[in-house]
Amino acid sequence: MTETTTTSKSRPKSRLARAWDSDLAYAFRRSPVAMISLAVAMTLILAAIFAPLIAPYNPFDPATLNLMNGFTPPNEPNAFTGNTFWLGTDDQGRDVFSTILYGLRISLFVGFAAVMLGLTLGVIAGLVSGYYGGWTDTLIMRTADVQLTFPSILVAMLIFGIAKGVTPVEYRDQMAIWVLILAIGLSDWVQFARVVRGATMVEKNKEYVQAARLIGRGSIPIMFRHILPNVLSPVLVIATISLALAIIAEATLSFLGVGAPPTQPSLGTLIRVGQGFLFSGEWWILFFPACTLLALALSVNLLGDWLRDALNPKLR
Amino acid sequence: MFSYIVRRVLQSVIVLFVVGLVAFAMFNFVGDPIDNMLGQERTQEDIDRLRAQLGLDQPFPVQYWKFLMNAADGNMGVSYRQGRPVTDIIAERLPATLELALVSGFLALFFGIVLGVVTAIRRDGWLTNAVMTVSLVGVSLPTFLIGILLIYVFSVELDLLPSFGRGEVVQVGNWTTGFLTASGLKALILPAITLGLYQMTLIMRLVRSEMMEVLRQDYVRFARARGLSERLINFRHALKNTMVPVITVTGLQLGSIIAFAIITETVFQWPGVGLLFINAVQFVDVPVMAAYLMMISVLFVGINLIVDLLYVAIDPRLRG
Amino acid sequence: MSLLNIKNLTVEFPTRRGVFTAVDAADLSVEPGQIHGLVGESGAGKSTIGAAIMGLLERPGRIAQGAIELQGDAISGLDATAMRSLRGRRISMIFQDPLTSLNPLFTVRQQLVETIRAHLDVSEAEANKRARDLIDRVGIPDPDSRLDQYPHQFSGGMRQRVVIALALCSEPEVIIADEPTTALDVSVQAQILDLIRELANERQVGVILITHDMGVIADTTDKVTVMYGGKVVETGDTSQVIGAPRHEYTQSLIAAVPRPQRRLHRFPQLSYGGRETRFAIEDLARSWPKVENDPSRPLLEVKGVTKTFIKRQGLLPWDRDYFTAVDNVSFDIRPGEVFGVVGESGSGKSTIARMISGLYQLDGGSVEFDGKLVSDLSDKARQAEYRKEIQMIFQDPYSSLNPRMRVDQIVAEPIRHHRLLDGKAVDQRVAELLERVGLGAEAAFKYPHEFSGGQRQRIAIARALATQPRFLICDEPTSALDVSIQAQILNILKDLQEHLGLTMLFISHDLPVVRQMCDRVAVMKAGQLVELQETEALFNAPKTDYTKSLLDLMPRLEDLGDAPDGA
Repeated sequence: MTETTTTSKSRPKSRLARAWDSDLAYAFRRSPVAMISLAVAMTLILAAIFAPLIAPYNPFDPATLNLMNGFTPPNEPNAFTGNTFWLGTDDQGRDVFSTILYGLRISLFVGFAAVMLGLTLGVIAGLVSGYYGGWTDTLIMRTADVQLTFPSILVAMLIFGIAKGVTPVEYRDQMAIWVLILAIGLSDWVQFARVVRGATMVEKNKEYVQAARLIGRGSIPIMFRHILPNVLSPVLVIATISLALAIIAEATLSFLGVGAPPTQPSLGTLIRVGQGFLFSGEWWILFFPACTLLALALSVNLLGDWLRDALNPKLR
Repeated sequence: MFSYIVRRVLQSVIVLFVVGLVAFAMFNFVGDPIDNMLGQERTQEDIDRLRAQLGLDQPFPVQYWKFLMNAADGNMGVSYRQGRPVTDIIAERLPATLELALVSGFLALFFGIVLGVVTAIRRDGWLTNAVMTVSLVGVSLPTFLIGILLIYVFSVELDLLPSFGRGEVVQVGNWTTGFLTASGLKALILPAITLGLYQMTLIMRLVRSEMMEVLRQDYVRFARARGLSERLINFRHALKNTMVPVITVTGLQLGSIIAFAIITETVFQWPGVGLLFINAVQFVDVPVMAAYLMMISVLFVGINLIVDLLYVAIDPRLRG
Repeated sequence: MSLLNIKNLTVEFPTRRGVFTAVDAADLSVEPGQIHGLVGESGAGKSTIGAAIMGLLERPGRIAQGAIELQGDAISGLDATAMRSLRGRRISMIFQDPLTSLNPLFTVRQQLVETIRAHLDVSEAEANKRARDLIDRVGIPDPDSRLDQYPHQFSGGMRQRVVIALALCSEPEVIIADEPTTALDVSVQAQILDLIRELANERQVGVILITHDMGVIADTTDKVTVMYGGKVVETGDTSQVIGAPRHEYTQSLIAAVPRPQRRLHRFPQLSYGGRETRFAIEDLARSWPKVENDPSRPLLEVKGVTKTFIKRQGLLPWDRDYFTAVDNVSFDIRPGEVFGVVGESGSGKSTIARMISGLYQLDGGSVEFDGKLVSDLSDKARQAEYRKEIQMIFQDPYSSLNPRMRVDQIVAEPIRHHRLLDGKAVDQRVAELLERVGLGAEAAFKYPHEFSGGQRQRIAIARALATQPRFLICDEPTSALDVSIQAQILNILKDLQEHLGLTMLFISHDLPVVRQMCDRVAVMKAGQLVELQETEALFNAPKTDYTKSLLDLMPRLEDLGDAPDGA
């Protein structure tokens, strides 16, 4: 605003100092909700990454399983074996804490991979659509409109159903995780494409893009070097919210039995299993995976919500 | 305006054609229908006869045309699993889903819009903060967990409401309704809340952010500078402008209620088309999947068309 | 007792980095029937005063001290209800952009009637009658049928008339007009200002006219208050302040306003507040390639160029509406001259710039540079050559620099793209350019948001000079800048012509600036070239009526006295 701040000969700051001093970092330091959310999300992510180191048992190693340990309540010794499990065991005697850690791994992996897929496709489609306009834009955006008519969970189920029909039976379980990523990722690109397209159309008409064209820069460098960095902040917000949505979608599909197979249980699969025992009193088989899922989705959602407000300060 | 409507109708028809193509492609390429329909003991003769009977020996466009004609006629083939015409199965189960969707759609729209407007106007009140926090929990809680939670509290612990099924239903012509019996209505409560809650939070958050956006516009500032009352500004100027984008997304949300019914129906064993579809996906019952897809796309396209027409009614710039 | 009296008003905005004082102990008083101008550059705090009077300060702004009195009653510090009953009834406001100040979903009648009934206890029929009278009064033809139209069916000038009618709904005592004509064309601007003038006299309303434009002040106001950095520096009768300013800032501000009457060698630069910048374009001449300009042959030949745009997209070809932005325009630009193109918005002048620069494909005609055809965009080799020879300076320095790139990357991009230099030599060229435009080499490591508008425009100039071009297109290079910064940028451009022998195409709507800058001027109207003359001849003896009418609309700054030559 005033010239006095800019003409002073301040030394250029390092990137880290800049980041720390940025308005975003400032807003973060002042928001306890954002800090707690980030802490919870990071804890869960780290727990998933280091699951083999943290988990007391490997739930997928048949050698460590003992059916006698089945249905052990949390923190009580088993009636037959006398073993104690912090969060209890499920029907097959697997340690619930360990299965949650491994389930978290699958849920997060599917979530991140699906968002990356949707993001990559959507950002490219949005950039191309917004930058070139004309029939390219019409084609891409009509496709998006048609797909948007159908709720993403339905699209994901359809893709899952088709893929299941196409893959031979013996590979179905192995492929399930990848199909799940494909299904959620493909159902998700539209969000990114629409936002990036809108932002690109605004940026495209800014004079810096014309300046770059005037220099003689080609379309690809202009799209990726000039426009892309300027449309990334809404993408970041959507990616965060999409991550929560993808995790929930994955859990939902798995819960419905059209997602992660029992051999590779995600949090949704664990809840599906636990649902059968809820009414007979073995509440912990459902309760702990459900809490983990809620904590994960809620912390990511809170982060996304905070990020949207922080990047768009006018909203507050 | 006329050309706008014609264009929209044309677009809808194109969408239906594309969806039809997907459904048809599923029929043809997902698994081999012959495999599915004939048992292990079959002869080449059987296969050829069935191919001719199903018209699979004809060129692709001819097959597609026949498929569309059949679909328009209400003939969507025979379920691999149940061995009955798909159209009959769907007709039998559709009322359950539509009644559920209607009630929860109404709940979601009504409470979503009211809460959205209230929280947008009172941006910083404790009530707003409470509603916003609860809504975030609502968005983060998968529908199936809400359902399980409700069942656990109201059916298992309190034993007030049934945990599955539709209760007693009454046959009215071809339609079975649960609205006319006490047990039918009781059975509807938990599934309707489960299905409506998530949509309600989405609609509420959308209305709120759109309304806050509108309240920042110059014409709202100018209305304020002219000394109009806050009530007039909020409920006349801002609300009408908010409705333009809200209607689009609300249309989409209503569509997704039908899709999300799949989850609710699974949790509550509600005998609707959603439960039918999820079973079809699990068992790769392609005709049912294809028919469901066609049915739901007709519904969605219809909703979107209504949305577009509402648009014209609200926004004079489109009337040109 | 004055109608409106502001005493010692201080408005503060608490921010993360301390409290920002937008208005600092300002005094102001307005009499009935008087138009009081409030002038200053961006950030001077003039709009904040308007918002403070209305009680519409953006959060977290607050009145820290002082008082605002209307007819002797204090109105600052009133509660929300009391303030609302004041707004619209006793004080009205007119905003800058008529396109966004009207609700698009309600007819003009609906908006007028609801405003009238909000303030006056009248029947529906009476309110309708008043609405019609008001629309008639503000000069909208055919009021009966236009009342039931929606805002999008009105042109910009007509919409601003509707906004004025809305502001008059309840016979206010004071109207605050915040840059009411900035978004409008010169011809429309004059009509709106006349209307405000008439209304003030007729209804004895006190008007506060907030503007950055000295021309508007000189033509319209009775009294004027000059602001700088949140402080009132001078206040008095317009003729006195404009003709014989007392304060040093006002003096240099008025000196910086380009005069239509006489051509100066250089613009006087604003030196108040230590804002003088030194640049040294002549030092660039040493490393600049010597070009022998052959005066007999034009450098750029524009031959019958035409450009059409699709106005309304239709599914079928006959459903589309076309609009010819530039229609068969031809002219030559001689080496070393500054060639001006003037016209109102929509006249096609910016389209011409984009056609010459190759940003738009031509729909007809051709462009030749140095005797070679350059309008064929498919000839990649020729295009690459041409790109090094021409550069462009854009209107809005806030949008012409990529906010995510560092200044050195921005300036070096043309050099790297054309592989003109490599390694250390690139950095040296960048540092030299930044030094010569007066920013200093350390500017290279900052981002655009760390600079002010004028500094950004100098970064844009450095980028334009990076490939050492021969031809520079300037598309309204100063219309987004404050008048003091304008002088600085125009002086740099003049130096580029003088010391480096650059040929320029200078596009502007501002006739006084054009007179100062250009050797020859083309006048455009609705896509066609209506007149082309040597600058002095055009200003002294315009050949067409259109040019004459444009010249008549120039602000009459006779009162300002003669400006000193900055040379």
